Amino acid sequence: MAITLEGDVPTDSVASPPSSLDVAGDRTFRGMTYMFSWMTIFLVLYILYEIAGKAAPAVKEYGVGFITGTTWDANRGEFGVFPEIWGTLYSAILALMIGGFFGVSIAIFLTQDFLSPKLELVFKNIVELLAAIPSVVYGLWGIYVVIPAIRPTANWIHEHLGWIPFFETSLSGPGMLPAAMVLSIMVLPTISAVSRDAISSVPHKLKEAAFGLGATRWEAIVGVIIPTSATGIFGALVLGFGRALGETMALAMLVGNSNQVSLSLFSPANTLAALLANNFPEAGKQEEGVLMYAALILMAITLLVNLLGTAIMNRASRRLSGVAR
Amino acid sequence: MATANVLNCESTATIESNGKNIVIDCKIKNLYYGKFRAVRDSHIPVEQGQITAFIGPSGCGKSTALRCLNRMNDLVRGFRFEGHVHFRGKDIYHRNVDPVAVRRYIGMVFQQPNPFAMSIYNNVAFGLRLNRVKDDIPERVENALRGAALWDEVKDKLKNSGLSLSGGQQQRLCIARAIATEPSVLLMDEPCSALDPIATRRIEELMTELKEKYTIAVVTHNLQQAQRVADKTAFMYVDTTEGARTGYLVEYEDTNQLFADPKEEYTKQYIRGEFS
Repeated sequence: MAITLEGDVPTDSVASPPSSLDVAGDRTFRGMTYMFSWMTIFLVLYILYEIAGKAAPAVKEYGVGFITGTTWDANRGEFGVFPEIWGTLYSAILALMIGGFFGVSIAIFLTQDFLSPKLELVFKNIVELLAAIPSVVYGLWGIYVVIPAIRPTANWIHEHLGWIPFFETSLSGPGMLPAAMVLSIMVLPTISAVSRDAISSVPHKLKEAAFGLGATRWEAIVGVIIPTSATGIFGALVLGFGRALGETMALAMLVGNSNQVSLSLFSPANTLAALLANNFPEAGKQEEGVLMYAALILMAITLLVNLLGTAIMNRASRRLSGVAR
Repeated sequence: MATANVLNCESTATIESNGKNIVIDCKIKNLYYGKFRAVRDSHIPVEQGQITAFIGPSGCGKSTALRCLNRMNDLVRGFRFEGHVHFRGKDIYHRNVDPVAVRRYIGMVFQQPNPFAMSIYNNVAFGLRLNRVKDDIPERVENALRGAALWDEVKDKLKNSGLSLSGGQQQRLCIARAIATEPSVLLMDEPCSALDPIATRRIEELMTELKEKYTIAVVTHNLQQAQRVADKTAFMYVDTTEGARTGYLVEYEDTNQLFADPKEEYTKQYIRGEFS
């Protein structure tokens, strides 16, 4: 029971306690926010439950062999996704290396007064427009523009440097390199936008401190601005990596859909997401469970990456914010 | 680094004025941010081995004037400067002079303590590394921390983050960082305004010690502080005629003289506390 204060307040005061309507409104609002946040959590759990349930028979039947197996033959009922796991991680890491380098560079370029504020805005919007291009358009562009464009160079490299494992096959069409290149463009807006936020949140007073000590712009960026925003930049890379792991359409079109485990950048490969996209239309009852198992593995990988990323970020920010080590 | 050498040569050509050594002779004719004229007609000499205080009401351009002395204002878009700032007789606004080089000889301590998000040791060593100092870095770091009266408090935790220190300690860390490279002049922009009275008193004591080795120019809104630490005081005021807000120098004198017997009417009113 609320304690009323009216008795002690001078009668001519305009102050009054919140009306019962105010209180009810406040409670309803709070109740609704609770409800929506719990619904989100339940939805995630429900999806997981359904997928795990559908995958259960396949998990029982194929067990760990599914993860280490390298054949996918629906007719003989033989299923293994090791090449897909390999392709997923390999393509995502390559995309992260290329997209991360360019994304972070763009973020630095767009925050450190290299351009006038107007031009900065224009460039930023153009980079973010990359995120608005549909995945399937990237796929088409990759097939009709990227692959023909890089093929001569790729094959020249294969001829001359073929002894290096990365170049041990020739590029005959779809393959790991074009897939990773297009993927890197797709993750670039995420990486650049998030790291741009991280870099521009570096307090101005730290920049002043660096310049006040007689640092050049380069020294201020490398010595102070990047280290200070490192946690945020790392977060951007984790987000980009997560996107690259799950990207489906463009990869299904570009990666070659071939069950191979190869270091070669020019060899066709496959990814978990592309496998799912390519196989669900003709899947029978048994294959459906197998696909659900593959989906479960893909989810486990992205979840693991995100958890690991968060853990590393927490450690880094604890280290930076002081209070001993 | 041809441009750096313009300042590097150990010139003794300091301007002699009334038998005093002027390290920085600052003559601001006009100073603009874009179309806005922030400061006009201010001639403020900074004497060797002395503390020169810049006082005045808010918006009078005292910080802006101070930031002219090591070209920090160059970082502001639209900044334009008419006049000259002679450092040991050489104009730091000469087009062949690199502002980065200026800041290596004229260090700065800011209003908000701004240690880097790195260890105490690395904070102090930062400037040394910029200057490509290779030898005796640990000794130099220790000396700088001793110079900033911080050594005893941090000697056992040099690896801790600079951000783990208290506000007053952080400010002394910033002073250590600035003096590690032994600049000729130390500019301090309201160094105590974010600190409590005890930390303020420590910084003031430190300033009088540092004066033995460094020439100091300090902006303060605290008149008592100017009286306690400064040898010379420049009083600036803001001209609001015709809708402008342009700061200018009203009076520059020995601190004792300025507070005991101000010549200008504005100065009298200001030190009597009639406006702030």
